[in-house]
Amino acid sequence: MSQAGTGTGAHEPSAAAPVFEGAARRELDAVLKKYPTAQAALLPALWIVQERQGWVSPGAMAEVAEVLGLTVAYVKGVVTFYTMYHQHPVGKHFAQVCTTSPCNLCGAEGVVAALLKATGCKRMGETSPDGLWTVVEAECLGACGFATPVLVDDDLIESVTAESVPALVARYR
Amino acid sequence: MGYPHPSHPRETVLLSRHFGDAEARGLAGWMTRGGYQALEKALGMSREQVIEEVKASGVRGRGGAGFPAGVKWSFMPKQKTKPHYLCVNADEGEPGTFKDRELLRWTPHALIEGSAICAYAIQAEQVYIYVRGEFTEPIRVLQAALDEAYAKGLLGANVLGRGVRIDMTIHRGAGAYICGEETALMNSIEGKRGNPRIKPPFPAAAGLWGCPTTINNVETLCAIPHILEKGAAWYKGLSLSNPKSSGTKLFSVCGAIAKPGNYEVTMGFPMKDLLYDLAGGIKGGRKLKAVQPGGSSVPFITAEEADGALLDYEGCVAAGTQLGSGGMIVYDDATDIVYQVMRLAQFYAHESCAQCTQCREGTAWTTKILQRMLRGEGRMEDLDLLFDLGEQMTGKTICVLSDSCAAAVVSAIRKFRPDFEAYIRSGRAVAV
Ligand SMILES: Cc1cc2nc3c(=O)[nH]c(=O)nc-3n(C[C@H](O)[C@H](O)[C@H](O)COP(=O)(O)O)c2cc1C
Ligand code: FES
Repeated sequence: MSQAGTGTGAHEPSAAAPVFEGAARRELDAVLKKYPTAQAALLPALWIVQERQGWVSPGAMAEVAEVLGLTVAYVKGVVTFYTMYHQHPVGKHFAQVCTTSPCNLCGAEGVVAALLKATGCKRMGETSPDGLWTVVEAECLGACGFATPVLVDDDLIESVTAESVPALVARYR
Repeated sequence: MGYPHPSHPRETVLLSRHFGDAEARGLAGWMTRGGYQALEKALGMSREQVIEEVKASGVRGRGGAGFPAGVKWSFMPKQKTKPHYLCVNADEGEPGTFKDRELLRWTPHALIEGSAICAYAIQAEQVYIYVRGEFTEPIRVLQAALDEAYAKGLLGANVLGRGVRIDMTIHRGAGAYICGEETALMNSIEGKRGNPRIKPPFPAAAGLWGCPTTINNVETLCAIPHILEKGAAWYKGLSLSNPKSSGTKLFSVCGAIAKPGNYEVTMGFPMKDLLYDLAGGIKGGRKLKAVQPGGSSVPFITAEEADGALLDYEGCVAAGTQLGSGGMIVYDDATDIVYQVMRLAQFYAHESCAQCTQCREGTAWTTKILQRMLRGEGRMEDLDLLFDLGEQMTGKTICVLSDSCAAAVVSAIRKFRPDFEAYIRSGRAVAV
């Protein structure tokens, strides 16, 4: 589990500013039209929060609960089930490396080590001192033929090797 | 085709014909490649006729369980008293499987067309396409295709001017393998934790919001337009082997293989030829040790067993394994099978939704026992303990995640017992 507060990246939350105003509110309203219940908009609403704030803060969970008519405890229960919602701020760039067997067979461990080294992250799940990177291990990313895939933010980078890591990291500043 | 490699003459490319062809992603390009003619044809048939055609084709679910698609559709009520739904399973998370990703990113309109045909046949006005959260690029491509389809009246209130309503919505997952299980997926769409539901009731009776629901895998639905266009008999005739496995299948070959990629062959294709002729043989000229032909959830088979195996549902069972998702994981003779099996058990422990005790505890303890072995602290009794755990984990839980973990572990010990015993005897330790 990542530790809160080590990063100073671009996604630092602006305390209690509500998310669902203006464009975000309109986006949520459009989502709500596609489902027969407001509850069904929960995963999409959490994605809207994370896209705007970089993580899903306790305050944002409370706001989501409020707009969808759910309890905060319920929302938290859902957030904690899914691995992709960040419950703590993360670095400016978030890298997920697949280390499941098919990728492991193709050298994923070396990619992990190289990524930690090149980003300056001390260990998995921790944010680098410059706040730029958080690196985590992921289970199968559905790209096993392109071992080792690394998902950096929204970009899936195929066939990463320990050797190609430094150039990859240099592309994200 | 063997994407990312050029098509091999022994492949039969239906679904993968346009992999790598960026023009096919757009509606204009798709139309010039024959797109949406099958939908047009289907809307001119009765719903029953469409279902009969799909039934007659023999196409079986490509998500892993292999249930005949037409039969599944026929379970939907004929008299509609509540909304009907179609869920498209694009959660692809089975280790070793990466075919749906290519279908989504190269041929999104094939999926939309196949899904629209299904929606028409089962009287669903709303389709939810559940795409795993990590599939950022496939989601972008698919959303663009949906927007185009709406703009051209291929979706929406009046599909192709035939007075049929079909809406399609992408529902993005958020990281949970278990949400690929059909009822967990439905809970996830409803805004819940992705816990599988007890069956029965089956989704055709009570699925999304308790309404009749059909769920199919991406690859299953992508095959539908071909069946409608060229006919059930043609599709059935593609099989090289037996009438119970028809059509073509995408195999995602990965691990210790020279040319990893997606290969599309007719059912009944020899496993050996796929591995050696199409996929270039074992990486680095090494020898084959083991294969899991249907993703990490199916039993391991040895090189000898793989040698004579035919790639269809029955052929894989005869070889002691299952066809599963067609995600073929190749292990070479340099593989530390004990370590890899531990890594798979760890996957299942991580992904268990933790509802059922046998799964929550079983996957965790299996992992711990294997890790102890890898630390050089294994005991001979551990092997029996793992068999015993495997038995407790099989057939006793709400879904088969637990069974899958047990199948992989138990088969590995049966087939490669000396590898496990060597760890225990020597006390050799590796980093875990
Ligand atoms: C733990 C688990 C994970 C699954 N993951 C997937 C998946 O990622 N994609 C998929 O299509 N089916 C998956 N399935 C199978 C589905 O439950 C279901 O059988 C399938 O979506 C039905 O579609 P089909 O008949 O077209 O294969 C999974 C099953 C289990 C038990
Ligand atoms: S195992 Fe790494 S992407 Fe599937």
